[in-house]
Amino acid sequence: MNNGTLQMPPQASTMAHQVDALYYFIFWGCTAFFLLIVGLTLFFIIKYRRREGQVLQPRASHNTPLELTWTIIPTILVMVVFVWGFKGYMKLAVAPRNSLEYYVTAKKWLWQIKDPNGQQTINEMSVPVHQPIKVILRSEDLIHSFYVPAFRVKQDAVPNRYTTLWFEATTPGDYNLFCAEYCGAGHSGMLGKIHVLTPEAWEDYQKKSAGRPEEVSPEDWGRQLYNSRACVTCHSLDGSVKTGPSFKGIFGHRVELADGSTITVNEDYIRQSIMDPTSQVVKGFQPVMPTFAGLLSSDDIDALIAFIKSVE
Amino acid sequence: MATRTLDAHGSPGGLNYLNVTRGFKSWATTLDHKRIGIMYLMAVSLALLTGGVFAMLIRTELFLPGRTIMSAETYNEVFTLHGVIMVFLFIIPSIPAALGNFFLPIMIGAKDVAFPRLNLASFYLWVTGAVFTVTAILVKGVDTGWTFYTPYSVQSQTSVIWMGLGVFILGFSSIFTGLNFLVTLHKLRMPGMGWFDMPLFLWSIYGTALIQVLATPVIGITMLLLVAERVLHVGIFDPALGGDPVLFQHFFWFYSHPAVYIMILPGMGIISDVITTFSRRHIFGYRFIAFSSIAIAVLGFLVWGHHMFVSGQSEMATMIFSFLTFFVAIPSAIKIFNWTATMYKGSIALDTPMLYALAFIFLFSIGGLTGIFLGALSVDIHLHDTYFVVAHFHYVMMGGTVMAFLAGLHYWWPKMTGRMYPETLARITAGIIFVGFNVTFLTQFVLGSKGMPRRYYDYLEQFQPLHQMSSFGAWILGSGFLIMVLYFLRSLRTGAPAPANPWGSLGMEWRTPSPPPLENFEETPTLTYGLYDYGKVYPREAS
Repeated sequence: MNNGTLQMPPQASTMAHQVDALYYFIFWGCTAFFLLIVGLTLFFIIKYRRREGQVLQPRASHNTPLELTWTIIPTILVMVVFVWGFKGYMKLAVAPRNSLEYYVTAKKWLWQIKDPNGQQTINEMSVPVHQPIKVILRSEDLIHSFYVPAFRVKQDAVPNRYTTLWFEATTPGDYNLFCAEYCGAGHSGMLGKIHVLTPEAWEDYQKKSAGRPEEVSPEDWGRQLYNSRACVTCHSLDGSVKTGPSFKGIFGHRVELADGSTITVNEDYIRQSIMDPTSQVVKGFQPVMPTFAGLLSSDDIDALIAFIKSVE
Repeated sequence: MATRTLDAHGSPGGLNYLNVTRGFKSWATTLDHKRIGIMYLMAVSLALLTGGVFAMLIRTELFLPGRTIMSAETYNEVFTLHGVIMVFLFIIPSIPAALGNFFLPIMIGAKDVAFPRLNLASFYLWVTGAVFTVTAILVKGVDTGWTFYTPYSVQSQTSVIWMGLGVFILGFSSIFTGLNFLVTLHKLRMPGMGWFDMPLFLWSIYGTALIQVLATPVIGITMLLLVAERVLHVGIFDPALGGDPVLFQHFFWFYSHPAVYIMILPGMGIISDVITTFSRRHIFGYRFIAFSSIAIAVLGFLVWGHHMFVSGQSEMATMIFSFLTFFVAIPSAIKIFNWTATMYKGSIALDTPMLYALAFIFLFSIGGLTGIFLGALSVDIHLHDTYFVVAHFHYVMMGGTVMAFLAGLHYWWPKMTGRMYPETLARITAGIIFVGFNVTFLTQFVLGSKGMPRRYYDYLEQFQPLHQMSSFGAWILGSGFLIMVLYFLRSLRTGAPAPANPWGSLGMEWRTPSPPPLENFEETPTLTYGLYDYGKVYPREAS
């Protein structure tokens, strides 16, 4: 995957070229104006620097035609920019009729994605290349914002309301998804990946089931879930304190809860903490973890438990 | 340094506003606009330094991805406090309440503002607001960002109530100052001074005061609603209670966009007066500049929705706000052209205030021009809520307002304190600050256009080189400010006594001794020659 130009990320959607064209039009226009101002200023500073015995030459204190000129020309130029930007915006606002629809739910601090077949994933969104994709957004708690720089799209996800955006990816590859609206401690960890798949890879993806493949051990599957279900955003494996307690060596140990009682971290506690996370919060941490009820199967939870046991 | 005195009657050793009475109580209960201005100046400078320390903490944390010196929760509080302190405690009152208070009455030949008691009350309201803010920091901190977006600010466990009340009280301080200035400008101009004889600094203060009086009540009400929602659980903004979070954004920006012009307009006024003084030239296009200040004040009320292009507001609203946004760019462009033209055929001296004025033109041009990117709808979708916006905002607010504040501070320092600052050291420091500023924020434009979202504690590895460069710049910038604080403090004791008119300016404030007497002028002033009539007063340079 290339890294784009000096100022812009890679262009991976049909809209990227159009947005960048306007960006660079403004950039060069502004550069010209800026150089004009700075050039004139420097010229005046040198030419008219204060000298002894200098005679001030007469000069008008205003010149209406000149001032009207430098009022009207910038006005015309910014109107060009307005119309150009508005046209691009209208294209971004109206999704083509043949779009594939994805439902995306944002919550602290993950993206829950439901593809057109109803398959749910977290933070990972697989889409076919050369196909308009419509994302129907909502939020379960705060305002978040769905932002994919390579596609030049961004839209806030607002509680109690649907918002939409669309894009058509042009190049297969993996692209970063960011949350662009500040949402608290895990904001900068609320990241995802958009996988743009070739037509063949898209067919394979549609056939694949979401559950644990036979050949993967529960512990390895748990490790994959740890990453793919965004546990990694808040729980470290090396003992460092993030938004939630580290998993390092936590299994089998007694921890103190927020209400002062203590509890041993066993299979039941882990299951309880995944399904109803705010019920038994470890002391020193905020009750901010979302529930994963309905998002993880019993098999998945078994695998996560096996994985947490293995982190020593 | 070109030191020159137009008026002979600089009276060192005589009585002035600083030594006419002494003691803490004489300051705490003073009704003298100059002393209130000085107290404001000390207060906002303290706020600037505090906000600056938070800025240094932010850039140090971002030097490396992941945890560098603080946790994510602490980081969120630090950037919130940086924003709140800089916006509400420093930049809004900085130029109008500190420098404006000191110079507005002098510039119109008056003895004081129209309502001296209200003026003192406004200062104590500021102090009260600041106490609430500090309390919020000490109790639990605040982590909502300076924008207090709902529903985050309704649900946050931090001291949002204290902070909201603090902002509410600071708002009244701002309203009182604005009201006072409006009445003073209407009623107390000296005989013979018409509206178009006023210095342009006062036109900009007039535009600012209009916005302060008309827009600030909205933020006050919004903050009260937010507090009511948190305390009484009335559903206004929080969707969990049946409220609408986007409504908050409308209310907030209905104030906070005009407030951006509260912040920048007074700075533009200072630049007009500094450039004419150091170019020895009549301002070019007085009326265009004066009316552009009023145009900015009016248009500033009609563009708040450009902060919300991706919030889910209607496409129609978005289109209208984008259209109007481009018109607000024009008056600023006019000012830049007129300032440049003012230097034409001038006699230009590069003393420190002029260096900061030139830095202003350079940096504010970048700040203004990058606003065009953000006004263009399709481009804004990509740039919204990225570091591009952070850089744009800082180029306007710091490259603009703070540079103008520093220009004004150096320009008027001799008048306010009766002491000169060390000129050579000050010029070098201006250079350090200019370089540090550009290294810090030019990099952030690129970070943003490459897709780095703002308010991120952690970042992807690809962004590291630019983040590190920005942090280096911030440290340079911080050192510059440190040097400035030291030389200003030192000049109070050891600076050379200032003559009445060290710059050879024609402004009214330079026609009275430094520091001015309690009544501002020793005799009732009259306008014998215009404030910008350099062509008549200086037919010839002779030093």
